[in-house]
Amino acid sequence: MNLYVLLKMVPDTVEELNVAADGKSLDTEFLRFKVSDPDEHALEQALILKEKHGGTVTVVALEAPEVDEVLFTALAKGADRALKITTDQTRLGAFAAAQVYAAFFKAGPGQITPETLILAGSQAIDDLEGELAAYLAETLGLPYLGVVCNVARANGKLIVLKEFAGGLRGQFEIGLPAVLGVQSAEKPPRYVPVAKVRAVMKSAKIETVEVGVSEPAVRLQLERLYKPEVAGRAQMLEGTPEEIAEKIVEVLAKQGIL
Amino acid sequence: MAKPILVLAEQHRGEIADITFEMLGAARAVAGATGAPVFALLLGSDAVPLTARLGAADKVFLVDTPTLDAPVPSAAATALKTVQEQAQADLVFIGCTNISLGIGPILATRTGLPLVNFCRALRVEGNALVCTSQLFGGKIAADVKLPDMRGIVCLYPGAFPAEAGRGDKPPAVEKVPLLVDPPKVIFKQYLQPETGDVDITKQSVLVGVGRGIQTQDNVQLAEELAQALGGAVCASRPVIDQGWLPLSRQVGKSGLSVKPRVYLAFGISGAPEHWEGIQNSQCIIAINTDSKAPIFDGAHYGAVADALEVLPVLIEKVKARKG
Amino acid sequence: MEPVKINLFGVPGLALLWALTLIAFGVFGLRIWGLIGLLRQARYENRFDQFGRRLAHAAEHVLLQPRIFNERAIGWAHFLIFWGFVLYTACFNWSLIRGLFPFLPIPYPDEVKLVALFLEIFAVLVLAALAVAVARRLFFPPPYLHLSLDANIILGLIGLLMLSTLFGSAFRLVGEGGHSSLWTPFGTLLAGVFPGMAPNAARAWATTMWWLHMVGVLAFLVYLPYSKHLHLLASPFNVFFSQAATRPVGDLTVSGAKDDLTEGASKWQELTWKQLLNGFSCAECGRCDRACPATASGHPLQPQQIIQKIKDHMVRTGLRRTDKSAPKLVGEVVTEKEAWACLTCLSCMEQCPVWNEHVPVIVMFRRHLVSQGRVERTIQEVLGNLQRYGNSFGKSDRMRAKWTQGLPFKVKDARKEPVDVLWFTGDYAAYDPRMLEITQTTAKLFAQAGLDFGILYEAERNTGNDVRRVGEEGLFELLRDKNLDAISKVQWKNGNRVIVTTDPHSYNALKNEYGLANEGIGVKHYTELLDELISLGKLALKKKLTGKVTYHDPCYLGRYNGVYEPPRKVIAALGLELVEMPRNRAISYCCGAGGGRIWMEDTPDVKERPAENRIREAARLNGVQTLVVACPKDIAMFRDAVKTTGLEGKIVVKDIAELVAEAIEVAPVQVSG
Ligand SMILES: Cc1cc2nc3c(=O)[nH]c(=O)nc-3n(C[C@H](O)[C@H](O)[C@H](O)COP(=O)(O)OP(=O)(O)OC[C@H]3O[C@@H](n4cnc5c(N)ncnc54)[C@H](O)[C@@H]3O)c2cc1C
Ligand code: SF4
Ligand code: SF4
Repeated sequence: MNLYVLLKMVPDTVEELNVAADGKSLDTEFLRFKVSDPDEHALEQALILKEKHGGTVTVVALEAPEVDEVLFTALAKGADRALKITTDQTRLGAFAAAQVYAAFFKAGPGQITPETLILAGSQAIDDLEGELAAYLAETLGLPYLGVVCNVARANGKLIVLKEFAGGLRGQFEIGLPAVLGVQSAEKPPRYVPVAKVRAVMKSAKIETVEVGVSEPAVRLQLERLYKPEVAGRAQMLEGTPEEIAEKIVEVLAKQGIL
Repeated sequence: MAKPILVLAEQHRGEIADITFEMLGAARAVAGATGAPVFALLLGSDAVPLTARLGAADKVFLVDTPTLDAPVPSAAATALKTVQEQAQADLVFIGCTNISLGIGPILATRTGLPLVNFCRALRVEGNALVCTSQLFGGKIAADVKLPDMRGIVCLYPGAFPAEAGRGDKPPAVEKVPLLVDPPKVIFKQYLQPETGDVDITKQSVLVGVGRGIQTQDNVQLAEELAQALGGAVCASRPVIDQGWLPLSRQVGKSGLSVKPRVYLAFGISGAPEHWEGIQNSQCIIAINTDSKAPIFDGAHYGAVADALEVLPVLIEKVKARKG
Repeated sequence: MEPVKINLFGVPGLALLWALTLIAFGVFGLRIWGLIGLLRQARYENRFDQFGRRLAHAAEHVLLQPRIFNERAIGWAHFLIFWGFVLYTACFNWSLIRGLFPFLPIPYPDEVKLVALFLEIFAVLVLAALAVAVARRLFFPPPYLHLSLDANIILGLIGLLMLSTLFGSAFRLVGEGGHSSLWTPFGTLLAGVFPGMAPNAARAWATTMWWLHMVGVLAFLVYLPYSKHLHLLASPFNVFFSQAATRPVGDLTVSGAKDDLTEGASKWQELTWKQLLNGFSCAECGRCDRACPATASGHPLQPQQIIQKIKDHMVRTGLRRTDKSAPKLVGEVVTEKEAWACLTCLSCMEQCPVWNEHVPVIVMFRRHLVSQGRVERTIQEVLGNLQRYGNSFGKSDRMRAKWTQGLPFKVKDARKEPVDVLWFTGDYAAYDPRMLEITQTTAKLFAQAGLDFGILYEAERNTGNDVRRVGEEGLFELLRDKNLDAISKVQWKNGNRVIVTTDPHSYNALKNEYGLANEGIGVKHYTELLDELISLGKLALKKKLTGKVTYHDPCYLGRYNGVYEPPRKVIAALGLELVEMPRNRAISYCCGAGGGRIWMEDTPDVKERPAENRIREAARLNGVQTLVVACPKDIAMFRDAVKTTGLEGKIVVKDIAELVAEAIEVAPVQVSG
């Protein structure tokens, strides 16, 4: 299989996120980036597929802070190639990013073959415009499924599990080529020791790729970004046990549980 | 008259999901400001009897093709686009749920409509709809404007009251004949969660019990509440140590990390090791007799009360509410 | 008497002796050569430095064996058997040489009166010791003692040798006319049993005893390297080459390594020769198992088994190369669970009479597992956090000094302002909300004592002590390099450079694994510093505290670094009465946090957590209501254990700094959330 894993960098929420003076972007002072969690699962699933069925794993990312480290880590985990598209990811929405990737797969080095499987994270914490995998699949005219939690291959087709609520899963059959949004790999992502990553940094190369896309149209009209008010302490529900229970029921209803 | 709002009703295996009512409620609220009609679209061959429950919509479109029984995003998007064009609805609501994930972007690609994800609040500003979305796990909010009320909005579950979207009067139903090509993604079957113990990391409601629960019998109370809510019980380490619940229910540093929509903590002090496991819950409600318990520093809602007094009443009320 | 001048089935005695000797030594030599060959296949490690110190260490621990006496009864027995063995070996060789070269103008050893006397006394003492041992095995076998065939054969052989000596002496006396002699008191006694024996017959019997003795010893020689008594030969070398002879065992660096050891060992050949020598040296005494908190709490780990299994596996696959079905060393011979169960508490190494080094071997296995990505989820998460944020809490590195908010003074940034002392707080003291108040209190104490100190703010990383022991060597190096880089930026006020740590784990790494001594930087634990400040009068105690307390020696402070007295001196200075727990100082019982265990998932194997066991020990002490600790992790571990054992209200856990603050009446700190 020709496995492609698209890795996306997202702001690290461990660091404090602040809004920049323009009110429309994140303040970069403390901003750090890390690879989106589900993308790590996409990579893991790809590596598992490669181990079981052979093929190659190519990781692809757009230019973003700290992305090189992520690509090297992917190589250390067992990816065969790492490509970096020179377009700046941090300024792109999911739709625009999908256009860049579409160009990469249509004209660039990522020629789609009947053996191509593209894996991306199901969803990222900043997917304001929706999910990359779905946009890309649609743009490329390929079958798509998201919230994937297991991929296997049988009789030339993929057997894919998608997760619904409460542990219920659906089994689907999909022909190749295809695009999948992975929520969780069948096994947790593997650990790669620091020494291995360092060795890979010395021995391997990240290939850079240019993809000619005219500046993609901005689709969303962002009014402003701001920090939602957070209550420092719990909002206290007071009263007799009866009243408290009543208030809890209200909260549950508000949360969509009741 | 303003153009209609089209809500993609979510039904799964013959049941309407709550998100559908939440979306209908939200649509009704917007319609209240603009006077737009609210339409709902129901998909699937077994959806016919469900139309009656969508009384909050002015009209329900029904595409009852068997190909749409299974939740395949591209097929749903095809049906949605047909109806959207037919009804001239420029504003489409879709649930931000696992089932519907991906439908929005596919529709957006096909129609060129802008899409706003993770929406938790809506307001009408003149001719535009302003959507408030939460990004980065709720750390930053974004206001996005959809001029001329055109766009696809994915609504976050639990953000809008479902009550507002329930209506009794049977709505008008229009069947839309539609031949959806057999999708390239073929549904095979559902796989029930593996038998054995519940996977607490996958639950949307968790009832957590700590040492404040005092006895094994009282854990039973929590179990009853969890069942009424459709969730599961989990516990802090000391409760697991007592053998009152299996190790697979331990939450925290040396147990599992959970991220339910609601975490109810009964008699849990909120030690850092426990907190580590629950910090990603969307909403934490803590009940503890000690007003200084650290759990109140991080929980969203708290009540200083005896868990054993609150639990029975709460079970009653939840059961009553669920009918 | 000339025992070799006999004819046995037509073979001259001399020829027979030569033949037997050559065969025995041949078999023995081949076996030993084979075993050494195994060691030569292992990785190199330089344990050949500092000959003098090694010799002194070996002299003490081979000749006097103080560690054996940790278990008193068996200590004396072993001591006797050991010295008996030495005497007998010497006499055997003497006898043998005399027998092989009959023309030599020397007597047989038992013909020298003084030697004969010693031989007899030892024979009787050893027989008595054997009787004790046999009785113990037969009638009161301790649960840990497995009655191995091996041990029984050896006991039988030793008995045979002793009896042949005594009876030999008796028969000789009878043969020589039956005069009693004070030089051979027991022989004389025994001779009385055979009053009517003809001198000729007695002489024949004496000769038989001599042959029995020689054949017995030669058989022993052959048997020795196949049995656990190989330790007789290997352990003196093991003690000589032990790391503790020359440098702290708290340093996991393998000196002079020629191979890259970051990926640990997946095969026995990938361990170092010294790590393999452990197996040959082990006496199967079980002291390590009895001391091991992992074993005691129900984990499937027994340190002795680790050592033994490696040896058996190595001998099986290394010497009998036909054996193709060999299981994998890591994962099968030693299971992953075993490798992960270790708390690196050092109890096993502290107890081992032959100075085996268990922890480095376990770490080598962990390194292999880490290199294969076989790491449990929680550890993986923590390692990820440490890589990214430099702390195990997964919090932003910029939050590291957040605890200083709420102090009435600003803590210096040692990278920007000159200081005398750099305080390396460690993760728990800086990030754990339970520690906030204590860390602030410590800061106030330092300030009150007029200490000019600073911290590294966001540049401090976890020292990597536990990371290294989890087996993530690359990450340890990364953390160490970053810390060294930050430390190199410190503006020292004068030549007296000191780093003080709160966390004993950080203390160990900084002191033993960072090479800071070369840069003239001394490392101190805060208990050492507090002790100094109090005794210098810089921290004036305003009031005496009263009451009884007990103190828990943290593994990485006590066993690893020998800091036992300073915290005790502080406690005494405060006026408190220290009641020791039965397991104190070197035999202190681990809290269960070490070696990365604090980050690992709970498993159903555990019957009683080490911390629970320990808190019960503390609570059993009469009149003691406070357990004093000197490690931030202990606060977390023991406060939790107080809850889970239901000892709330009976015992409280306090940091030593809190007590000092009480005595000097430092204003309570305002806690900011
Ligand atoms: C290395 C390590 C790992 C650990 N891992 C975990 C872990 O994975 N998960 C975990 O949970 N803990 C873990 N712990 C233990 C943790 O430190 C706490 O001890 C534990 O979480 C406390 O559990 P608790 O809140 O149930 O009990 P407590 O802290 O004793 O709290 C009981 C609470 O119940 C309240 N209460 C009492 N009666 C009532 C009542 N009638 N109604 C309402 N409230 C009442 C009390 O006010 C109190 O706040 C770990 C500890 C260590 C050291
Ligand atoms: S270091 Fe401690 S836990 Fe590890 S094997 Fe030795 S005694 Fe057991
Ligand atoms: S390793 Fe040491 S302590 Fe353990 S059984 Fe062997 S000799 Fe005894």
